Amino acid sequence: MRILLAGNYAVAEAVRLSRVKFVAAYPITPQTPIYEKLSDMENEGKLSGVMMRTESEHSAMAACISASLTGVRTFTATASQGLALMHEMLHFASGNRVPIVMTNVNRVISAPWAFGSDQSDSLSQRDTGWLQFYCEDAQEALDTVIQAYKIAEQVLLPIMVCIDGFFTSHFIEPVEIPDQETVDAFLPPFSVPTRFDIKEPAYITNVVNPEQYMGYRQRSFEDMEKARAVIREVNQEYKEIVGRGYDPVEAYDTEGADIVLATSGAMTSTARVAIENLKEKGYKAGLLKMKNFRPFPFEEVQAVLKDVPKVVVLDRNISLGKEGIWCQELKAALYPLERRPQVYGYIAGICGADVSPDMIEDMVTRALKSEQPEKLPVWVRRDG
Amino acid sequence: MKENDHIETISRDVARTAGEKGRLDGLSLGEGATRAPLMAAKEYMRAGHMACPGCGEANTMRLILKVLGEKTIVVILPSCVGVISATYPNSTFAVPCFHSAFEIAAPTAAGIANALKLQGREDVTALAFAGDGGTFDIGLQSLSGAADRNENFIYVCLDNEGYMNTGIQSSSSTPEKAWTMTTPGGRRGRKKKFMQIIAAHRMPYAATASIGNPLDLMEKIRKAKEIKGMKFIHTLTPCPTGWRMPEDLTAKAAQLAVETKLFPLYEVIDGTEYRITHEPQGIPVAEYLKIQGRFKHFKPEDVERLQREVDEDWERLVAQTRLGGCI
Ligand code: SF4
Repeated sequence: MRILLAGNYAVAEAVRLSRVKFVAAYPITPQTPIYEKLSDMENEGKLSGVMMRTESEHSAMAACISASLTGVRTFTATASQGLALMHEMLHFASGNRVPIVMTNVNRVISAPWAFGSDQSDSLSQRDTGWLQFYCEDAQEALDTVIQAYKIAEQVLLPIMVCIDGFFTSHFIEPVEIPDQETVDAFLPPFSVPTRFDIKEPAYITNVVNPEQYMGYRQRSFEDMEKARAVIREVNQEYKEIVGRGYDPVEAYDTEGADIVLATSGAMTSTARVAIENLKEKGYKAGLLKMKNFRPFPFEEVQAVLKDVPKVVVLDRNISLGKEGIWCQELKAALYPLERRPQVYGYIAGICGADVSPDMIEDMVTRALKSEQPEKLPVWVRRDG
Repeated sequence: MKENDHIETISRDVARTAGEKGRLDGLSLGEGATRAPLMAAKEYMRAGHMACPGCGEANTMRLILKVLGEKTIVVILPSCVGVISATYPNSTFAVPCFHSAFEIAAPTAAGIANALKLQGREDVTALAFAGDGGTFDIGLQSLSGAADRNENFIYVCLDNEGYMNTGIQSSSSTPEKAWTMTTPGGRRGRKKKFMQIIAAHRMPYAATASIGNPLDLMEKIRKAKEIKGMKFIHTLTPCPTGWRMPEDLTAKAAQLAVETKLFPLYEVIDGTEYRITHEPQGIPVAEYLKIQGRFKHFKPEDVERLQREVDEDWERLVAQTRLGGCI
């Protein structure tokens, strides 16, 4: 069924279709419509489980962890300060190896107070052991949430599916909603058994010694690596059953390009228009859409960019004292290559500030003209 | 990758211990104890745990688990309980146990209770053990949220009146003027009246309990097990280490706290109906204070002040009991 839907509602539909049994949440802008929609569904008897209306995001994540350990499929959603408040529990979730799926609606973090889209909230959680996927639009958000359950329950690591606040979360777009039978054919019921077996009582999250602790970290690391193959397999299967899919990176006209623009999230849609305009003007420009942040698709990035002379990375986030976070990661992925492209870092759209196709065209042409990248990232602001 | 083949990647081990059945020692349960139907034959706190000798918490947990039996899932926090429950691959508990984070005993237990409900396993009790720090201080917000939602689990506060696990620091449960490592000159704040906060949530069942009166404690746990919704049990658990007290005085300290009226035993039903479950003898508070090193700097006027406060609190409790219509 194809209907007009805001991204937040598309996420709620995905949660319903995934037959999630336990939802714990707390309202925060711009995530709130997900919470409200799930509440409507629960009220109408369309959600087959329990909703826990918690007093904080920290508690929401705590409850998801223990419910997941008890053996049910769980979901939560948050944004910005809420995600920051959860930080401790994000580590706790991945350390406990629970397959929780969470949608984070990217929003700037205070201070000062503001509400626009900004990936710094979730990107700054990069070392918490969660898989992180960034979606371009509502359709991708819906499909990614469903896929995420299948991936998470195989690798036993939690997954964060990120969408841009007020853009993807609130824009109304046509979305194809698969029917329940199709999703059931793809996604089996929750298959991780209870970790609390009365007959064989175990102690979960025991106190361990340094060697043992390091062993657990290594196991988690290895399973994050194994997730790469699982992500590919699951996407392939989803394509076969549902008819759509998304690779960890998407390369568009990158072969033989003089310059490639690397983007993530909703900004990619704008970038597609900018690239078309540039090509019409005779530039050989391509696009690299980066969807997966953890595990970082370094092999895919290398394969696409190994023969490209220049790359522009557009970041809607900033790591003070360094540069845009996707830019850092991309540079690190390219480092092992013998011939590396020059990488230009641009910061734009922080807090949802306007990034129009012509602004992106300017960044690309500016990079094409310069001899080599500036030391610091270039800030692109309408008023600056 | 095979389904479930990662289960072992978290600390999951059926515990090895010195012995399945712990020894029943320490406390004299008083007359009638052997006949008490409350006492399961089996111990669910195993011998060989890591509490200090004479630990009131360990004794309290042991009695509670004897009542709740095998169909129990225990949530613990970083606290003395976290240490008492032993390190990998051992486990002090003969029931499933989850060592959660400090400030979330309540939502963790609630998550388990909800999942059990979804699985039709409501015969299993979710039980949270939290200290006074995890209850009075850092965990208060999440406890309040769970109480507001009337989640279906038992929350036991093991109150030893300080952060004993980190080496005896003051919490908002530490008595006024008591010595701790962070209040070397005596604590300035006054102990939070926690049962009043709890009662304000109007949860179905709240009670105070003590290992000084083990049958009363176990009867309350039995009741709590039967009631659906949120149950809160406040236990005062003497801590020989933090209270600067010989380890064989734990039971005596617990009994003195009750008999001096400093820690009266009562129940609160739905936040309004108060019921005193044990008539204290009214022994002077000084008897309780003098066996503990943390009060040794108390001057006569400090003792008098405390005695006054205890008497006033007791009268207020009795009045509340009458208001509730039963004693
Ligand atoms: S410090 Fe006190 S509460 Fe902690 S284990 Fe020792 S006696 Fe028990």
